Amino acid sequence: MEPVISAIQVVPLEHYVFLSFALFSIGVTGVLFRRNTIILIMCLEIMFNSVNLLLAAFSAYHSDPSGQVFVFFIMLVAAAEVTVGLAILVMMKRNVDSVDVNQLNRLKW
Amino acid sequence: MPVLPLVGAIINAALRRSLSGNTSGGFATLMILGSFVVSLLLFMGHDPAAHPVKIVKFFDWINVGGMEIPFAFQIDALSLTMMLIVTGVGSLIHLYSVGYMHDDKRVATFFAMLNLFTFAMLLLVMGANYLITFIGWEGVGLCSYLLIGFWYTNTEFNYAARKAFVMNRIGDVGVVLGMCLLFNLFGTLNYVDIMDRAGSFGTGHGMIVGATLLLFVGAMGKSAQIPLFTWLPDAMAGPTPVSALIHAATMVTAGIFLIVRSSVLFELAPFTKDIILYIGTATALLAASIGLFQNDIKKVLAYSTVSQLGYMFAALGLGAYSAGMFHVTTHAFFKALLFLGAGSVIHALGGEQDIRKMGGLKGVTKITFITFLIGTIAISGLPPLSGFFSKDAILAHAFQDNKVVYGLLLFGAVLTAFYMFRLLFLTFYGTYRGTAHPHESPLVITVPLMVLAALSVVGGMLNVPHIFGGDEGMKTYLATAAEGILSERLGLSHTTEWILMGVSTVLVILTIVYAYGRFVKKTTLDGDPAQLFGLKKLIANKWKLDELYAMLFEKPYGWISAHFFSIGEEKVMVPLMTGVGNMTLRAGKVISRLQTGNTSFYVFGMVAGILVFLLITLFVN
Repeated sequence: MEPVISAIQVVPLEHYVFLSFALFSIGVTGVLFRRNTIILIMCLEIMFNSVNLLLAAFSAYHSDPSGQVFVFFIMLVAAAEVTVGLAILVMMKRNVDSVDVNQLNRLKW
Repeated sequence: MPVLPLVGAIINAALRRSLSGNTSGGFATLMILGSFVVSLLLFMGHDPAAHPVKIVKFFDWINVGGMEIPFAFQIDALSLTMMLIVTGVGSLIHLYSVGYMHDDKRVATFFAMLNLFTFAMLLLVMGANYLITFIGWEGVGLCSYLLIGFWYTNTEFNYAARKAFVMNRIGDVGVVLGMCLLFNLFGTLNYVDIMDRAGSFGTGHGMIVGATLLLFVGAMGKSAQIPLFTWLPDAMAGPTPVSALIHAATMVTAGIFLIVRSSVLFELAPFTKDIILYIGTATALLAASIGLFQNDIKKVLAYSTVSQLGYMFAALGLGAYSAGMFHVTTHAFFKALLFLGAGSVIHALGGEQDIRKMGGLKGVTKITFITFLIGTIAISGLPPLSGFFSKDAILAHAFQDNKVVYGLLLFGAVLTAFYMFRLLFLTFYGTYRGTAHPHESPLVITVPLMVLAALSVVGGMLNVPHIFGGDEGMKTYLATAAEGILSERLGLSHTTEWILMGVSTVLVILTIVYAYGRFVKKTTLDGDPAQLFGLKKLIANKWKLDELYAMLFEKPYGWISAHFFSIGEEKVMVPLMTGVGNMTLRAGKVISRLQTGNTSFYVFGMVAGILVFLLITLFVN
């Protein structure tokens, strides 16, 4: 662990914060303005990983490994979640022959 | 110890469909008998001289701030006396019920309720503070309601049950308020502590007078005093053993128990005592006069119960607590006996309750007749049966303190003798006027009768006054528990006492002779109330009290309800409520446009919301 932590600590903490903020904003923007569902899922992943990055960085700076343990859990859950998302995507393609999210607008009162 | 009847109640209630009548009855009886044995053991082990009061604490029940209410029982002379009465008379009545309720389909339910009642009653008398007593107090009220309405297919019986419940509720409010006042005053509800500290208040202290008055309101409800007594006669709708157990021997004496328990407080409130005295006397007379014209065998006994309760309250009002408790004890014996005897007669005649359709049962139902005769003599107060001693103690106290009350009570005693012997003569003498085929009841019914008859005969020995060479055992015993008894003084000379006894005895005998001439020689039957006239008609219609209550309470209440409905409900509440509903609907229509189905829009909303909150926290800090 020690070399990894010292490697992480080479970069100042602020840079990690800025980077993950940028990544998160990119993800949010993508989810907001793109209509292709595959891209939406990718944007979600970007948001996840920006948060993961932040967790890992903070955990290294606080010398508390539990943050990094959490990162593993989040990645595990994200993997499971992506399979569900992709399955929905496949069903969507079969049903409406498109991956445009705005096609799915019939679920309302 | 009170757990036994509770166990019986639970088991009987749980298995009420599968148990046969005799099994559940036998089981219930055994449970009560078990408690009786335990009570007896407690009684034997109780040493009034060394440890007059024993508190058995189980756990802290309520412990909030300055309020500490343990779940505890108080074992002393008073609670032991009541426990013995409740379980002793109770087990006899349970045994009797096995025979009486034999044919009923819901026997197990009946016994479950009866057991539950006994449990609640034991809780009432054993509680070491007002709250525990109050649990039992409510419990017996509930069981009374359930048992009066036991034959629930009859609408009228249900009304009777409801009436009893509502009237009791009025009294309960009094008890609750009284408890609040006492707690406010003493900071505790434990009997022992309250009685200890009561001495620091002067006689006639306003709060104490208020609290005792409120407690007395509760006692009025439970023990059927004016103006809350009309439920008791109606309560005769229940099965006869219930009438005997609840509405004659035990529950109705709860009010007297409560007052004796708080005797120290009542000693400090002479005003309350005066009210108790007047209400008790009035009740004794009023109920006795109504009893003169009743034709239902159970109703006569019911009014006689009310009247005897009036005597007990008069005794309490005179400060003669031990005399009151003594009368409670003997009354439990002979009134249970009379009710069970009446039940036996009803049983013999296949459900007939109208004494105009009875008569001549003397030869057919021998045991019932003899025991009933003993009960009647006892209640009339002829020496040397138990009623004589207890009633005479009350009369003597009345003579000493208040001659007018004495005269009224003596007149009440004469009335009692008259209506009781009227009942006896019409039922057992003359010729049979009914249609059913009478037969003597089985042994399971007659054995409790015999035991109770024996108790009615010897019950007076519990408290033989000095004048007969006795030592007033019960009074001495009870005085260890209720300090108010210590202040009882009967300062009459022996000559006066002899004269008083002689007067009442002679008057009662004369009355009996008169009743004999009227009901056996000629068999005068009173017709319908409609055919009577004047005062008689008024009395036969129960002084029109039910009608008076209807006019005083029901009509204004109905009027208020109607107006609240037409103004409050129709003009205010309905528009308000429908308005609120309509507004919600309309708002919903507007807002539902937001649900576009477009995912991006939802996400946009989410992000925008989060941003707003972030900005708020940013700027607020």
